[in-house]
Amino acid sequence: MTKITPKKKPLFLSWLQLRKERARLIVAIAGISFADVLMFLQMGFRGALFSSAVEFHHSLNGEIVMTSSRTRSLISLDRFTERRLYQAAGVTGVASVSPIYLNAIQWRNPENKEIWDIYAIGINPEHQVLNIPGVEANRQKLRQPDTALFNLGSRKEFGAIAQRFDAGEAITTEINERQVQIQGLFKLSPTFGINAYLVTSDINFLRMAPFRQGGLVDVGVIKLKPDADVQAVLAEMRSRLPNDVKVMTRDDYAKAEVAFWSASTPVGYTFDLGVVIAFIVGSVIVYQILYSDVTDHLPEYATLKAMGFRDRYLLIVVFQESLILAAFGFIPGTLIALGIYQITNLATMLPMAMDLGRIVFVFILTAIMSSLSAAIAVRKLQTADPADIF
Amino acid sequence: MITNLSEPSISIAPNLSEPAISIAHLNHYYGQGSLRKPVLFDINLQIDRGEIIIMTGPSGSGKTTLLTLMGSLRSIQEGSLSILGQELLHASKEQMTLARRDIGYIFQAHNLLNFLTAYQNIEMALEIQEVTAIAADTRIRSVLSAVGLEHRMDYYPSDLSGGQKQRVAIARALVSQPKIILADEPTAALDKKSGRDVVEIMEKLAREQGCTILLVTHDNRILDLADRIIYMEDGYLVNRSDVAAIVQ
Repeated sequence: MTKITPKKKPLFLSWLQLRKERARLIVAIAGISFADVLMFLQMGFRGALFSSAVEFHHSLNGEIVMTSSRTRSLISLDRFTERRLYQAAGVTGVASVSPIYLNAIQWRNPENKEIWDIYAIGINPEHQVLNIPGVEANRQKLRQPDTALFNLGSRKEFGAIAQRFDAGEAITTEINERQVQIQGLFKLSPTFGINAYLVTSDINFLRMAPFRQGGLVDVGVIKLKPDADVQAVLAEMRSRLPNDVKVMTRDDYAKAEVAFWSASTPVGYTFDLGVVIAFIVGSVIVYQILYSDVTDHLPEYATLKAMGFRDRYLLIVVFQESLILAAFGFIPGTLIALGIYQITNLATMLPMAMDLGRIVFVFILTAIMSSLSAAIAVRKLQTADPADIF
Repeated sequence: MITNLSEPSISIAPNLSEPAISIAHLNHYYGQGSLRKPVLFDINLQIDRGEIIIMTGPSGSGKTTLLTLMGSLRSIQEGSLSILGQELLHASKEQMTLARRDIGYIFQAHNLLNFLTAYQNIEMALEIQEVTAIAADTRIRSVLSAVGLEHRMDYYPSDLSGGQKQRVAIARALVSQPKIILADEPTAALDKKSGRDVVEIMEKLAREQGCTILLVTHDNRILDLADRIIYMEDGYLVNRSDVAAIVQ
C-alpha cells in the first residue's frame, strides 16, 4: 500500500449507534441538560450570593477599612468609637477618614403602609464615601433634613419607588415618625441578608434611628495618599490602635464577608451540596442510558468481538457515546440556564451572572459525569462473549 | 453426491502445503470440578485450503462447540488446533483476537448491526483491515452486487427480508477476503429457495477467492455443494465413507 492513497475513514460507530435510537438520544440529552441546568443554577445562586454580598464592600472609597474587632459581616455588626478612626488618621500616608453608620430601620411602604426592615447607610454627605454613581450624584441633597436616597435594585415589597421617582413623583414615607423624602436613586443589589438599602446623611441617620448613639460607628473608610504603601500603613495602624478595632484592606474586608457566608451560614454549604446532587443525578441518568444501550447491543458487540475487534475498540465506542451525550446535553443545558438566570434576575434582583469560568467548569463536570457513568456501564461489556452468538 | 476431492483448487493462498485447519486429539469440557462434562472427544480433522466441508449431525453433538473452537472464540483446553498454521492451544487473548481476523463468520441469526446500513455493516469488516478508501468502496460494492443487493445498500437490516439479511451477512464475511469461512446453519432461518441461493452465492464467492468453507447444517438440500461431508455424533467425529448415506 502506498502512502499517497488515503486510508479508509473509520466508521463513527458511537454516533451512528446513538443516532439510530432517536427517543433514547433525546431522553439522554434531556437528562444531561437537566443536570447541567441544576448545576448552573446552584452555582449561579452561590455566585449571586457572594457577588451581591460584597457589592457594598467594593463600593467603599478607600484602600483600608476599619471595623469593630467583633464585626463579622454586614448582618453581624458591632460598633466602635469614631475616635479610633481619628487616631488612624494620624498615621503617615492617610489622606482622609470617613465613618459609616449602618443599621436596619423600619421602612413603611408608601403604597400599602406595610413595614419592612431596610438597611440604612449613614455617610457624611461632604465626603465621597461610596463609589456608587447614584450616591455620588445626589449626596449633596442629603444635607437637607429628612432626606434619603433609595435603592434601585430593591424588592417590590418596598413599593414601586424607583418607577414612581423616575416618573417625577415626589416620594415621601414615614420612618420613625418622620416624613422622609426620597431625593434620588442608586444601584446596589439585594443580598441573601439584605432586601433593600437606603443611603442618608449621618445626621439624618441618627434622626431615623434614635436608638443609635452619635460617635459610635460601624465601618470606617480610610483613604490613603497616592504614594502610600498600604501594607506599611496597615502595620503602623495595628501597632498604634487598641484591639477593639481591626483594620484591613478593602479586598480582605470583602473576602471576610464571603468567608462568613460560606463558612458561618448554611447558605454556601446548601449550594455546594446542590451542585453535588445535580452531578449525581446527571451521572445516574447517563449511566442508565449507557447501561441499557450496552445491554441492548450486547449481541452486536459480541459479533464485533467474533470478527476480531479488540475490547478496546468497544470501550472507545462507549466512551465516545458518553462524551457525545455530554456535549449535546451541555449546549441546551447552558442555554436554558442562561434563560433562568435572566428570569431569576428579574424576579429577585439577585445579580445572577454567567461567566466563562463557570461554563468551562460545568462542561468539565459534565464530561467527568459522563465518563464516570461510561466507566461503570462498560463493565457490562465483559459479558459480551463471542462464543455465545453461534 | 460428494464432489470429487481432487478437483483442482484455485486457491491463491501463498502456502498451499499448510492445511487451513488442523485438529489433533482435541478434547473439550464444559463446567468445572465435579460438574465438568466432556463434550468433544479426541477430534482429529484436517481441512485443506480451498475445501468446502459440510459438518452435520444431530443437535447437541458438539458441532457448534467445535466451530467456536476453530473460530478462536473459545480457548482450547486439550489437544492441538491450528488455524492457517497458527497453534491456538495456549494462545493469548490478543493472539485469539488476531486469529479471528483471518476468518469470516456467518451466523445462524444474521447478527448484523441494526444501527448500520447494509453498506456500513459490510464496511465494519474492513475497519480492522489495512485498506484504502477507494479499495474499500470498490470491494464493498462488488461484494454487494455479488449477493445481488447493490440496490439495497442504504437499507437498515430492519428493512430487509431474512434472506437479504443473510446475504448481507455473507457479504460481510467475504469482503475482507478471509482464508476461512465458518458458517453455522446459515440457512436455518430461510425458506428452501433463499436457503439454496444463499449457499450457492457463498460457494461461488468462496471458490473465486479460494477460501476454505466449513458449513454446519441440517439442511439436506445443500449437501451436494460440499467437497466432503463430516458427521458428528455425541462429541465424536465419525469418519466413515458412507457419511452421505447416514445423513440421508
